[in-house]
Amino acid sequence: MSGRTEGGAKERGLSFRPKSYRMNRALRLIRRRLLGALPVLLIVVVGSFLLLEAAPGDAVDAYAVSLGGDAGMIAALREAWGLDGTPFARLTAYLWSLLHLDLGQSVAFSRPVLDVVLERLPNTLLLMGAATALSFALGSALGIVAGSRPGSFRDRFLSIGSLALYAVPGFWLGLVLVVIFTVQLRWLPLSGMETIASGKTGFGRALDIARHLVLPVASLGFLYLALYLRMMRAGMAEVWRMDFVLAGRARGLSRSRIVLRHVARNALLPLVTMLGLQSAGMLGGSVVIESLFAIPGLGRLAQEAVGARDTPLLIGIILVSAVLVIAVNLLVDIAYAMLDPRVGAGEAQA
Amino acid sequence: MSRLFLRSPEAVAGTIILALLVAMALAAPWLFPRDPLAIAGPAMLPPFQDWTIPLGTDRLGRDVLSGLFHGARTSLAVGLAAAATSIVVGVLVGTIAGFAGGWVDEVLMRVTDAFQTVPGFLLALAFVSVAGPSLGVVVVAIALGAWTQPARITRAEVLSIRERDYVAGARVIGMHPAEIAFREVLPNALPPVLALSSVIVAAAVLTEAALSFLGLGDPNRVTWGGMIAEGRAVLRSAPFLSIVPGIALVLTVLGVYLVGEGAVEASAVKRGNA
Repeated sequence: MSGRTEGGAKERGLSFRPKSYRMNRALRLIRRRLLGALPVLLIVVVGSFLLLEAAPGDAVDAYAVSLGGDAGMIAALREAWGLDGTPFARLTAYLWSLLHLDLGQSVAFSRPVLDVVLERLPNTLLLMGAATALSFALGSALGIVAGSRPGSFRDRFLSIGSLALYAVPGFWLGLVLVVIFTVQLRWLPLSGMETIASGKTGFGRALDIARHLVLPVASLGFLYLALYLRMMRAGMAEVWRMDFVLAGRARGLSRSRIVLRHVARNALLPLVTMLGLQSAGMLGGSVVIESLFAIPGLGRLAQEAVGARDTPLLIGIILVSAVLVIAVNLLVDIAYAMLDPRVGAGEAQA
Repeated sequence: MSRLFLRSPEAVAGTIILALLVAMALAAPWLFPRDPLAIAGPAMLPPFQDWTIPLGTDRLGRDVLSGLFHGARTSLAVGLAAAATSIVVGVLVGTIAGFAGGWVDEVLMRVTDAFQTVPGFLLALAFVSVAGPSLGVVVVAIALGAWTQPARITRAEVLSIRERDYVAGARVIGMHPAEIAFREVLPNALPPVLALSSVIVAAAVLTEAALSFLGLGDPNRVTWGGMIAEGRAVLRSAPFLSIVPGIALVLTVLGVYLVGEGAVEASAVKRGNA
């Protein structure tokens, strides 16, 4: 983060440099971010290990419960997996298995944790991607509407409306939407990812999934819609005061051109950063929304893991989520560097 | 300050909502001395039928109005306790990191990064699942995911304050660094964190509701999230049972936001005038 505002006079000419230079800059940025993520990931792993230790039973118990085995085999496994030693030895063994992408054995599913998690991941990514797209597009658009005339009636209306929306818990909004659109109007399906055994393929199947996702995406995304709206509006209020807006007016530019090309465009950049920062929160929110709508994703898996007291699975989900959050933030950083040539210039030259 | 605060209609609305909620929470054991989890009448009694149970009963014959009042207690208590815990921990960590600098700062900030990388709700879920659901555990579980923001803000503030002249003065007169950090720097670093406290309280109330909606709240307490989950089973015949506690929840969070915004605006106006 600290490199973001750094950089000298050289940076101004950056956007005119050849493309290869910009690629190089992006690569350096990726390398730097990945190196920075390593200690963070290590702390997450140690924290996960502590939670695993605090829970009753260990990985061998989980294995034995799901696949069976006698006392002799259990003792042998414990020795082979390095679980009979000191806590430090156990931590080392845990790190070693993680390095081999072995997240342990799920008690509830009798399968390796990583397999179960990866199976559920695409559904969560689809839900989060759709919710992010909806909230970002609609939130920034409404934010522009509110921020284009600060203090007007529609600005006040949208501000109070977004504050009210910001106070609504997603799971309750989901239930209210179900009452309206499923119970009363019968427009949309109650739950699930798609109609089971419908035999649909291709476009028909995609449409079926889309119909199932309308309510979950709305329930998950509306909170962020309100957030982006408020950020956009606040950002525009700042930009309105800047000299280049006054200069634009003096040059006789039309109001809509000033609003869209000058004010909104500059206010949009902080929202891009927010996309990355909100990814962890949205993953957490998807736990409740997926449980509510019975969507077989990572979040519902977490709830199932809690229900089945399957701690290895729950910790596996936490680790995968942390990696996902780091990856999303990296993508957002790269996108930001592409959008704003000043970003990362200082780091790239270092 | 209070006159400025009451000038904005939003702040007044927020204050009225919160005052009503606090009154509900305080009056719950007087107005509804019976256990809100006990059977009060026939199951699924619709509202406005029996005036001893004005809002009717749920699937198990429990008094809905009594649940709302007692739920206000849990919601406010957990929300405030979790927010207070996260602010205290965050301010301490931020002050130590910012004031000590060097490797202490580096380690503390990487730990903060790690806590921000893991989704707070998943962390809360895992903690409650390992430690078992009780009121105290839920408070700690919520605070686990919420202390990072106050920590970052405090650290940023401390970094700028520690270079000021009065801090240098305190060093010169030989004050102990810990005393400087906690008696000179920390109090001056608080305002931006306190400005954020309404958001933290609101988030804590919402997290508590979501946890108890998933059945991870204290099983011996009525919670609005638990009531919403309970009503889900009869959503088609009595949507009312899920919708009403949700409205209470929305009003609570909205009240907290409105009061917070009003306070921030009032202090901004005050600073502007000074």
